[in-house]
This record gives sequence, structure tokens and C-alpha cells, in this order.
Amino acid sequence: MNITVTVNGAEHTADVEPRLLLVDFIRTNLGLTGTHIGCDTTSCGVCTVLVDGTPMKTCTMFAVQANGRSMVTVEGLKQNGELSAIQDAFREHHGLQCGFCTPAMMLVGTALIEENPDPTEDDIRWAISGNLCRCTGYVNIVKSIEAAAETTREGASS
Amino acid sequence: MTTTEHKPHTSPEIGGLGHSRKRVEDARFIEGRGNYVDDITLPGMLHMAIHRSPLAHARIISIDTSAAEAVDGVVAVVTGELLADYDLDWMPTLSGDTQAVLATDKVRFQGQEIAAVIATDKYVAQDAARLVEVEYEDLEPIVNPQRALEEDAPVIRDDKEDQTSNLCFEWESGDKAATDAAFAKADKVVSLETHYPRSHPAPLETCGLIADVDSATGQTTLYMTSQAPHAHRTLFALVAGLPEQNIRIISPDLGGGFGNKVPIYPGYVVATAASLVIGKPVKWVESRSENLISTGFARDYHMKGELAVTNDGKILGLRVDMLADEGAFFADAQPSKLRAGLFHIVTGSYDYPAAYVTTRGAYTNKAPGGVAYRCSFRVTEASYLIERLVQNAAYELGMDPAEFRSNNFIQADQFPYHSPTGFVYDSGDYETAMRKAMDMVGYADIQAEKEEARKEGRLVGIGMASFTEVVGAGHGEDYDIIGLKMFDSAELRVHPTGKAILKLGVKSQGQGHETTFAQIVAEELGIPAGDVKVVEGDTDNTPYGLGTYASRSTPVAGAATAIIARTLREKAKKIAAHLLEASEEDLEWETGKFFVAGDPESSVSIQDIAFAAYTNPPPDLEPGLEGVHYYDPPEMTYPFGTYIVVVDVDPESGQWKVRRMVAVDDCGVKINPMIVEGQIQGGLTEGFAISSMQQMSFDEAGNCTSSTFMDYLVPTAWETPRFELGETVTPSPHHPIGAKGVGESATVGSPAAYVNAVVDALQHMGVQNIEMPMTADRVWDAMQENSGG
Amino acid sequence: MYPSKFNYLAPESLEEALAVLAERGDEVKILAGGQSLIPMMKLRFAEPSTLLDINRIPGLDGLNRSNGTLSLGSLVRHNDVVKSDTAQANHTVASAAPWIADPIVRNLGTVVGSLAHHDPEGDWASVMLACGAELVLSSSTGERVVDIEDFLVDMFTTSCQPNEMVTEVRVTAHTASGGGNYQKLERKVGDYATVGVATSLELDDNGDITSAGIALTSVYPRNLKVVEAEQALVGHAPSDDLFAEAGRIASEACDPASDIRGSATYKRHIVDVFTRRGLAKSLGIAQGGQS
Repeated sequence: MNITVTVNGAEHTADVEPRLLLVDFIRTNLGLTGTHIGCDTTSCGVCTVLVDGTPMKTCTMFAVQANGRSMVTVEGLKQNGELSAIQDAFREHHGLQCGFCTPAMMLVGTALIEENPDPTEDDIRWAISGNLCRCTGYVNIVKSIEAAAETTREGASS
Repeated sequence: MTTTEHKPHTSPEIGGLGHSRKRVEDARFIEGRGNYVDDITLPGMLHMAIHRSPLAHARIISIDTSAAEAVDGVVAVVTGELLADYDLDWMPTLSGDTQAVLATDKVRFQGQEIAAVIATDKYVAQDAARLVEVEYEDLEPIVNPQRALEEDAPVIRDDKEDQTSNLCFEWESGDKAATDAAFAKADKVVSLETHYPRSHPAPLETCGLIADVDSATGQTTLYMTSQAPHAHRTLFALVAGLPEQNIRIISPDLGGGFGNKVPIYPGYVVATAASLVIGKPVKWVESRSENLISTGFARDYHMKGELAVTNDGKILGLRVDMLADEGAFFADAQPSKLRAGLFHIVTGSYDYPAAYVTTRGAYTNKAPGGVAYRCSFRVTEASYLIERLVQNAAYELGMDPAEFRSNNFIQADQFPYHSPTGFVYDSGDYETAMRKAMDMVGYADIQAEKEEARKEGRLVGIGMASFTEVVGAGHGEDYDIIGLKMFDSAELRVHPTGKAILKLGVKSQGQGHETTFAQIVAEELGIPAGDVKVVEGDTDNTPYGLGTYASRSTPVAGAATAIIARTLREKAKKIAAHLLEASEEDLEWETGKFFVAGDPESSVSIQDIAFAAYTNPPPDLEPGLEGVHYYDPPEMTYPFGTYIVVVDVDPESGQWKVRRMVAVDDCGVKINPMIVEGQIQGGLTEGFAISSMQQMSFDEAGNCTSSTFMDYLVPTAWETPRFELGETVTPSPHHPIGAKGVGESATVGSPAAYVNAVVDALQHMGVQNIEMPMTADRVWDAMQENSGG
Repeated sequence: MYPSKFNYLAPESLEEALAVLAERGDEVKILAGGQSLIPMMKLRFAEPSTLLDINRIPGLDGLNRSNGTLSLGSLVRHNDVVKSDTAQANHTVASAAPWIADPIVRNLGTVVGSLAHHDPEGDWASVMLACGAELVLSSSTGERVVDIEDFLVDMFTTSCQPNEMVTEVRVTAHTASGGGNYQKLERKVGDYATVGVATSLELDDNGDITSAGIALTSVYPRNLKVVEAEQALVGHAPSDDLFAEAGRIASEACDPASDIRGSATYKRHIVDVFTRRGLAKSLGIAQGGQS
């Protein structure tokens, strides 16, 4: 089946099998390997990307479902050669260790800040509770998202 | 050894020890440019899927691969029979046992590998793998080690000639007679029987491999999720009979490891064999279920501990008897001379003369493993047992658990301390760490609140663990893996422009080696850490090493790095003397430069020295500024600390919540405090996971009932407690930079603290023990069992 | 893990979708959020030959309140409910939504899909049983409205016929003197309920209970509406004793299995505790007069 999707601003057309999982389409067909696979049961969230701005687990979607939709993966966070606030914050606050959950965490954080520019610690912990991390204990992920929210607010008010 | 604050000696620009330098590896990860095994695609690459046993114990009558072979896109179907032609149907384990690569005679655990399909597409490979048909004759599944050791239990390992029962090993440590004598003098004996449940490291990236065997040259390149690439290369050479120089293992970015990526798994061997036969690259990446049901589990020790104590609160001796559930193949990743790892560290942070530990291991119909899951070889089980026992002993004696600990701590002036089971603790100050944690949490206030809370119908508990860990194996004479002594290595080259490349035999899985090891070089040579590139995980391009597990990278490879940097500094001194036209004896070192004593203006920088090493070396000196050091540690290191947990327990539902979690760690000198904190926070979370929800479970038929992340519960940010960290710094006297290692302290130390806290909340009801994971129902059950009594 | 091959249809109108169902409904699985179906397909527990993706059909995502009824179209996602002010019209619905799965799954998974899937451990069926919901089943020949009790037949089985699809669930909004709640004991975010209890109350001007709903999750072979406990409440003034009686009845009515989540005894006990707590919360809302 032919599909056309927009990923990180670029349009892609491909002929795919209906059973092709969206995550495999992103990783294999588009070569965007920053989106990862960590489980089979929609539990770990490392495959999360933004679909029309909303975080979705791409291991639990078929590529054909994404036909006509617009997605942002971790590779699309950097704009015009500038790291996004959330990318800066994760580096600054040691928000990652092995890096496997990081792309998803940053995307979920981005969507959260978009919706709630001043999230509390509980808001953040709740928002990322569909995404697992085995390294950090979440402490610095929460800190990073808090910091990115602050930077984003400052950027918006200046 | 006094506890001191440790301040950086170097400027932030140099970024030596003690600086919270931002991680260099983050640059690629935050842009999604990490390079994990599954991200790699090679031209012509095929995909492998494995057909696994649905049964825990059954004899294989026949295997029919014809339907699988007929699937469009299938290139080959591999069975054990085929592997036998290459003598690859069985392989050695890390504990000197054997393990079936693909089963031919029997299946011995649910999920065991039987056949592998190689196809052009991973979806097709899985389609076909499901079509492999195996006819079985059912055998009794043995799902616990108690049953395994009964006389009439069927022998699981009937493949081994001398194996007439399911006894896998027997092991003892300590002095039986001295311990018996200590117990004879005891006023009281406090005992605890408990099971440290089977767990799984479950890194978010599963295990995988791409085997690329060049049929023309024999060059074998393996892109592999490996925590120990050099050891794995040697094992591949030994198992597959491939010339070691032709094997190159590349362990790219690892999405966590935690011990799961230490063993060699059947999938690696089959994919390599398939690539060898087919002549094309073959990729195999596990699904999460495959990872959970077939690769390295951890723990699963049934433990009975007894503590001999006096009425005035002194420990006289410890006796431990254990039964280990080893699964179908004895594959513990541990030093060869040991059967229960470093469990005999079980005497803990306390000073008493006698201890005796006996352990039996049993084969069962479960997956093999016994890996050191964020733990230094069974230290986690040991720490748990002693810290649980100590709390119960305090209750028994009517003492405050903190005071009981204090009564028995090894004192700061007793180091180096010789433990009754033969360890030589390097340094410690347990009392100071404990008092600091107590101050942070407000220990007396919480103890007082407990009484008040009970009057209001609330249940509050406070529990602690004052753990001592042992990490950084070897010394090589005592500790080896399949004969390879547990040294590690560092190779350092300073280039003409003063920039350096450091190559290591260890392998980061998220610990930030590219950042921290550069800081050691910066400290020793004064070259800015940002000018030092760290290379790991490519066996063709790094010196031999045993790998990263058991918190050994900093203690062993970190020492190797400091020493080779110092060696280069000695050489640099000769070059400096040549450049300054001074005598070596007159030169003094200050970060980044040599200067003539009494004449600070007469100096030469390490960068200028490096340039001269290649352009203008002294005539009698070998050119270049490069060297390699293999470090065999004289002793292990002993990180320690005190963790205190405060919980609120819902008396109606048994649900409990961590109100406070205070962690005071002492890992000696810190290379990068930011990274140390990150390691502790992660470890505290895994300790919380194990104590609260994470467990590999099996039903009576031997079916693994925790084969997905829906049933193998990993906590999210929502359940995970908040942590408050503190520190003391007691350098290791024998480590070149005084560091001890920290990656596992929190996983080792914290489970007992969580359990002690919940038990403490219920202790007035007579509750002495709650088994992990402490799910709400178990806590409620404990209250019910004791409410009547 | 990957699903078996299937045919994929993504109609852009309801008529088109219903025509497919009329023609070959028994070989079709409807794909709404897919958050239960796709994992089952990946694990090969489900191998439908055709997937009918309804996500491109306009008009199925309505979340509306009119004439005292809250209606949710088949493409209303769990998080639409979480974020919606309209959904606050039914307190049981509103309080259950944040407990469904995890925040990312809630962005795709649908309320109606969850009901139609009828996992016996699903949360929404209890909510709807407690609140007396109705489902609209559409087919090419028209539509019929089915009471939730008649809709839920057995685990993974509903009265929706192969030629039909659920296009809406309707539930009565609470009045200003009504309240509702969902209590869930889960081991972690995303876990199935060890025990779930949905409650709903309406009070009259005297503060007496005029209607009550209680339904339980994960403690019976399917979601269980505890009619006897509901009847014990109606016509009485709310009190701790009355709620304790309802809790006792509920805990006796259920028939939980002992498993890794806890013993049957424990689960019965939690039903008792959570029924009392849920009713107390519902009462608080009803008496607080929140709308």
C-alpha cells in the first residue's frame, strides 16, 4: 500500500506492507534510528514519536495508519542547526545515561511543555509515566524537563 | 582513615577529578545519533529469528523444519543437528558448565532455543520460525530447587555423564568450628529465612548481534551487545575454533547492560555460524519476551541466616545456609574459583570473629543466568541478608537498629580489616556515614512520630541499611573468568598537538566512560579533558580487558588509566628536562606543565612536551608519548554507605509509599560527582523495583509468567520515590586515585532499606519479615497473619 | 515481534465501513486505537485477516453532553476524556480516565474500543456498568441501542454482531446532587487493576440516595455489576454503616482468583475497602454540589 508521510518536515512516499509497524518504517525505511524498540507490549515507550504533535508509541501503530500525517522524531528536534531547549536541558542536567529512552523522553517532554508551560514535578512524572528508563531513576529526566520548561517560558516572554 | 571533603585540584577548564563535567557522549544521544546494534545495517544483511520451546521440560522426539524452509524469503533453517557438524551444538558457560546452543535431546526451560530461521526480512524470519514443528514427550518440570534436590526428581542434566542428581554445586566459606563455638556462647540466635527473588536486568535495549563473516578472508566482525568484548572474542575463538586475530568484536553504544550483556547467548553463536555458512551478514535482535525468558536472570537465592548475639547487643557470629536456583545450565557470570560469587561478603559492615556460609546450587527447568545484575557477583543477596538480620536482631534485643549497628560496626581505625571469610576491606568509616544519614532524615523525629501515628491509625516505618560492598575484581591470582585474570588495561597516546586518545578494555553501557576516563587523564597530565578522546568497545583498536560489570571499570581500568598517564608524565619529564636544558631532578610538576624549581618562569607545557616528543625528543629517548598499562589490582575496593527509608503504609490495603529516601554513599574519591549521583539515583530505583514489584515468576508447569513488561514490572517515574543524597569521602588507600566504584552500591544496599522500613511499620504487630517484591497484598497478608497473634 | 499479514481497509465514511462489515464482518477486526489489538496481533494471539481502520471516518470523535447524557463517539481517546471539561459531567467517567493504561497509550486508545474489546480486566466496562450506559450499534441496515449489561456477554465477547460496529457510548450525566468515582489498585502505571471499583450516586433533596451504581473490575470472570449492593443503598440516607454494608455485599458477590496480584481473600478485602472509599468520595462530590 502506498503511503505519504511527513517526517521532520520532509515528505516521504513509500509502498509498504499493511503489517509493517510504524516504528520499523521510521527506523528501516526512513533510516531514522533515533526511535528505538524496547518491548512488544506498548509498555516501555522508547518508540514514542510525535504524531501531529501528540506522543504516540509507534510500535503499536502500523505505518499505513500514519498515511497523510505529520511526525516529529528525535532527529527533528534540532532546528536550523540549534539544539532545542529540551536537548540542551538533558545534556545540562545529566538527563540521560545509556541514551536508549532519551529520544522518547525528550519528545514527551516537548509535548508536555507545549501543553503545560509550567509543569510541576508531579505533572512531569505523570506525563512520562508511559516511558521507562532503567538508568537514571528519572530524577534528572524530571529536572531536565523542568529546566526546558523554564527556558521555554523565558524565551516566550522575552 | 579520616573522612574528608574532596575538592578538585584542577580548574574547570582542565576538568580533572571532582568536576561535574557534562557528558561528551550526550552530543550524539540527544540528537538520536546513538549507534546501537539494531541501528546498524550492512549490505546484503539477513535476519534471524529463533524457534523456542513452549515447554519447560520435555524430550524432543522430532524437529520438522520443512514448512519453515518453504516460506518465501527463507534462506536457511538451522538446528542443533546441523550445528553438531561444526561441534557448535553445545557451548561452555561462564561457570565452566555446558549449555545447549540449539536443543537436540531435551528442552530444559521454556524459551530454550531449538531452531533458527535465516531470512531476507525480519518479519518473514519470524513467520517461518513459528512454522518449525517439534514433537515432544513431556517430562516433569522442576520449578523450584527444593523439589530439584529430592531423590525422586528427574535428572535435568542427563546430558552430563556424571550427573546423577540435580545438584549443581556445593560451596562453603568461613570457619565452621569457630562459628559453632561462637553460637555456643550466644545469648540469643536470631534467624531469618528469606528468598531473594529471581530478577532480570532487563536493559531497555535487548541483546543482539550482527555477524559478518567474510568467506574470502575469514575475517569475522561481530557487532554485539557486549559488556566484555575482549573476553567474548577469546570465547568465540575457543568455542568456534576461529583464529582470534580474525575475530573483531565491536560493541557499539549499549542501551543499558546491568549484567545482562556479560554472557554469550546461543543466538550469538547461531547467527555467527549462519553468517559463516551463508557468507552474508546475519542480524539477530531479541524481542523483549525473548530477553526476559531466555537471557541472564539474577538472584534467586533461598537463604537462611542466623546471627549469634549477646544480650548486650554484640554480634558473635553468623551462619548462612543457601539454596541457589540456577536454572537448566550453570551459567553464573562470576570468577571461576567461586561458586557463590562474592556472597561471603555477607558479614557486612560489622566486626565479629566467626562466620560460616554453605551454599548448594540446584538445576531447575528455568533459564540459565545468575548474572551480576547491577551487583558485584552475589553481593546484593549478601548485603540484603545481613541488613535484614541486623534489624531483626535489634528488635529481638529491644534495641534501636541504628544503635545495634553502631555497637557492631568495624571501626574506622580497624582498616585494613580482615573479615572472617577472608576479605581485606580497604577503608571505611561506617559510623560517620550512618550518623550523617540519620541527621539528614531526622531519625529521632521519625521514631517519635511512629508512636503518634499508630494512635491515629497510621502506620509509619523507618528502615536502614548500612551496607558494605566489594567491587573491582581481581586480584588476578584469586579472581579470573574462564582462566582470564581479572585485570584491565588502558592505552594512552598523546599526539603532537597535545591532544590524546585513551583506549580501554572496558565498555560503558551508559556510565559515561568517555567523559570520566578523560577526567583521569586530565587530572594526571593536565591536558584538558575535552582534548582526550576515549575509545572503547572495538577489540581491534583497544587493549585487552575483562570488561565492565561488577563495578570494576573505575577500580581497575581507572587505575590503569591513572598509572599509564603517570608513566607518560615521567617520560614527559625527561623531554621537559631536554627542552628546558635542566636536570630532571630540578623539575617540578604543576598541572599541565613542568617548571624548574625556584624558577617558575622556566616552564614547558605538556602540549609543548608532546610536540617535542615527536619533533625534538632527547637523543637517547624513544620518540612518541604513548604507552599501555595492564593493571592487576592488589585488592578489591569496598564502597559503603547508609540508606534510610521512611514509609507510610495503608493499614487497610497494604499499599505503601516511600515518604523519604536518604542515601549517604561513600565511594572514595569521585571522578565526576554529577555522574556518581546519576549512578546512585539509578541504583536506588532498581533497588526500589526489586523490593516493590520486579520479579521473574513461573507457574507450576514452568511457564514463565513474567515474559513481557506487562508482567515483569519496571517502575515508572510515577511510582519511583524521590531521593535525597549525601556523601562521605573515604579514599581507597590502594587505588591510584583513591576511587572505589559506585555503579552498583545503590542496587546492592537499598533493597534491605526498603524492606526494613515496611517491616518496621508493622513490627509492633509481630511482623518479622515480608518477602520481596513487597506488593500490597503481601504487606496486607503479613498484617493479617500477625494481627491475631 | 510482528503481526501476521492482513488486509487493510481505511474507509473514509461510516457507510463504507458498514458496507464492509455487512459483506464480510466475520473476518474483520475493527481498528480504533489499536492499543489492545495491535499488541495481541504482535504476540500472535490475534490474527485477523482484515483490519478495518475507522480512524479516517469523520464524526466519530464526538464527546458531547446534551439533555443530561454524556456521549462518546468511537474515536474518543482516553486522553480526550482526561482533558475534557464536558466529560466531568459524569464523575465516574472522569475519575476513571486517568487510570487507564499510561499517558501515551491514552493518546490513542479509545473508550469504545476498550468496551468492544471487552477484556475482563478492563476498567471502562465497570464504569459503564455502574453508570448504566448504553451503546449505539450501527450496521448498514440501521442502528440499535443496547444496554451495557446486554452488550457485555462474556470475556472478549459482546453482543455486537459481525455486521455491526459500536459508534457511540452514552452515559447519564450526574446531576448537581450526584457523584461518582473509580478506585483502582494497580501495581504500577499501565498495569491491569488488581481490583477496580466504580461507584455512582444520586441524592434527592433530603440527601437520601435515589440511585446507586457499583461495579467491580478484575475480581470476577468479567466486570461485575453488584446489583444487590446498589439496591441496599437506594432509599437510604448515606452513612458509613450503609457504605460498609455495600462494601460487604460487594466483597461477597465477587469471585476473584488468587494470582500474582494477590490472594482471593485479599482481593475481596480490597473490594470491601474500595467500595466504601469510592462511595464516600462519590458522596463527597454529590454533597459538594459540584456539577
